[in-house]
Amino acid sequence: MNAATSAILINSAYIVASILFILGLKMLGRQASARRGNLISGVAMLIAIVATLLDHHVIDFRWIIVGLVAGTVIGLACAYWVKMTSMPEMVALLNGFGGLASLIVGAAEFFRIRGGTVLPERPIFTSATIYLTILIGGITFTGSVYAFCKLAEWLSGRPILFRGQHIVNSLLLLATVLAGVVYVISGDPQILLVTFGAFTLLSLVLGWTLVMPIGGGDMPVIISMLNSLSGLAACAAGFVINNNVLVVAGCLVGTSGVILTAIMCKAMNRSLTNVLFSGFGAAPAKSAGGEGEHA
Amino acid sequence: MDIITLFFIFTLAGFLGFELIARVPSQLHTPLMSGSNAISGITIVGAIIAAGADDGSWITTVLGTAAVTLAMINVIGGYFVTDRMLSMFKKKDPASAAKKGGASS
Repeated sequence: MNAATSAILINSAYIVASILFILGLKMLGRQASARRGNLISGVAMLIAIVATLLDHHVIDFRWIIVGLVAGTVIGLACAYWVKMTSMPEMVALLNGFGGLASLIVGAAEFFRIRGGTVLPERPIFTSATIYLTILIGGITFTGSVYAFCKLAEWLSGRPILFRGQHIVNSLLLLATVLAGVVYVISGDPQILLVTFGAFTLLSLVLGWTLVMPIGGGDMPVIISMLNSLSGLAACAAGFVINNNVLVVAGCLVGTSGVILTAIMCKAMNRSLTNVLFSGFGAAPAKSAGGEGEHA
Repeated sequence: MDIITLFFIFTLAGFLGFELIARVPSQLHTPLMSGSNAISGITIVGAIIAAGADDGSWITTVLGTAAVTLAMINVIGGYFVTDRMLSMFKKKDPASAAKKGGASS
């Protein structure tokens, strides 16, 4: 089978997978069809994985099989040993793994380009999407792990506040953006490596500090938001490696996650900004900020 | 693939995502979150390509394998956790369980 035929075959499979993801997501929103919807989206994932294994770029299967088997065993263990009451934190942890996987995909592409094995057609666009993948993936990873720790009561569920927190966060964000801009426009390999390391580290710190001032009671909303972010991270990874099914599925999760987050906030009679920033500032809001004063 | 085409797909998928989720009953919020979390494991596609690419560099192979493992945990864990949640949900709701049982037998 030559490359052109296999590309058509793979893309057809990706279209089928995309349709099934959409149907599955739609059915998950209705009580009567939710379980079938989940199954359909699982079938879509299987199709996408099998189609990717046929990709002509994929030559060495040894390590893929190791990863797939290890992931399946750990994933099944996670799903069946967890108590029913601990489900939300398990979702947070799994979501964190997804974010970290996207980050690593971005990093792998960075090192491939650095090693000279692939030459990007549009270096600036590729650098910018690698930056976005790592930034969003990093925030998703540490944010989700922190949310997990709060819900599992490994760490205090109370919002943690300190003086000048918003200044620290703004500076961190500014530094991350700066490192990103330098990374994207600089051509010097040494500067590339330094800024790459800097924004990878900063994105991980940002995820942690973002969830820090949010109370344990608001975690479901935050997990939903981080879930949306992990979709966007996958979507950005899709732009890095020019893969349409990653863009479609990632974007679907990203935007449907935004809507779900909004619905969950509405159910609590609060706005997302209130959930995110009620820990901030001198005059804390009644609900979450009130607890914050003891922290 | 053409970048404009990718952006085109991105925009349409984005609007679709907004439209798909509307009027979800509150008891389905957590399963829906968990189910879409499993879908975000689609990043495994990128991970497989990174792990399987024959570029003679050990660093991308190591990173790719780690990414495949993590994404696979997300996928498998995500789907099975969602299924467990939804199965529990059915048992709690006798009317719907009876209806389901009747329909399948």
